[in-house]
Amino acid sequence: MAASTAAVDDRLSRVFAALADPTRRDIVARLATGDATVSQLGAAYDVSLQAVSKHLKVLEQAGLVSRSRDAQRRPVHLEAEVFDLMTRWIERYRQQAEERYRRLDEVLLALDDTQGVRQAAVGGDGA
Amino acid sequence: MNAGARHETTINVPENLPVVEILRDFDAPREHVYRAHVDPDLAMAWMGPRDITSRVDHWDARTGGSWRYVSSRGEDEFAFYGSFHELRSPERIVQTFTFEGSPDGVSLQVLTLEPLAGGRTRLRAVSIAESLQDRDALVAGGMETGVVQGYQQLDELLARR
Repeated sequence: MAASTAAVDDRLSRVFAALADPTRRDIVARLATGDATVSQLGAAYDVSLQAVSKHLKVLEQAGLVSRSRDAQRRPVHLEAEVFDLMTRWIERYRQQAEERYRRLDEVLLALDDTQGVRQAAVGGDGA
Repeated sequence: MNAGARHETTINVPENLPVVEILRDFDAPREHVYRAHVDPDLAMAWMGPRDITSRVDHWDARTGGSWRYVSSRGEDEFAFYGSFHELRSPERIVQTFTFEGSPDGVSLQVLTLEPLAGGRTRLRAVSIAESLQDRDALVAGGMETGVVQGYQQLDELLARR
């Protein structure tokens, strides 16, 4: 459970890093309307094919796009999974809230045992 | 604790309202849940991310009062502040919330504590942001600005599709 949460977080970090760049966000937006070749993308941004390939590599490593080995000719494809990102983002937020509330469960349990506010706080997490 | 396993947190993020709703049940009377929100020592024992220690700067828990606390992870410090708009023991807490790293952002939080059978309590926490973008930033809380912008861009992209 903890391991899979960490894996999801790591994956999200790569996605966030990939989307933090405006050119890469624009590439994603462009690919949402349809596949495009590297040279089509290069023409759209007035940058070198090497620069486009570099951006695509980051997007690919984040799992946002896929392309064939023959990257100069074959079209770049936006992974459908990207449209689940908002859902994952909310799930991560939910997990953080759940972690907080499990600590609150402990605080409340200590309150039950001692019936004392200060004692519960002293026994609490990191207080 | 298996108490946590029994009561999963539910999150509702409406598509077209700048709102986040959290629902969670607790095996404790609402007087205790209320106290754990307004007593500074108790609050610092559970609020904030797990790997961060938080200390109260000031905490004036009354209607019209205010609060501020500072969380630190290594040398990084994150400060949060807000006003207690209304404290109505043991059923309702209304407060504002601002992360000082994003000073223009403010949300209004309405916490409602409903008594359940067996001395348990249902917490409903609704956070209302100024815009959908601010709400998204709130959900992405603690992340880099670029990340939030990336997501806003992605939201626009998804809306276009």
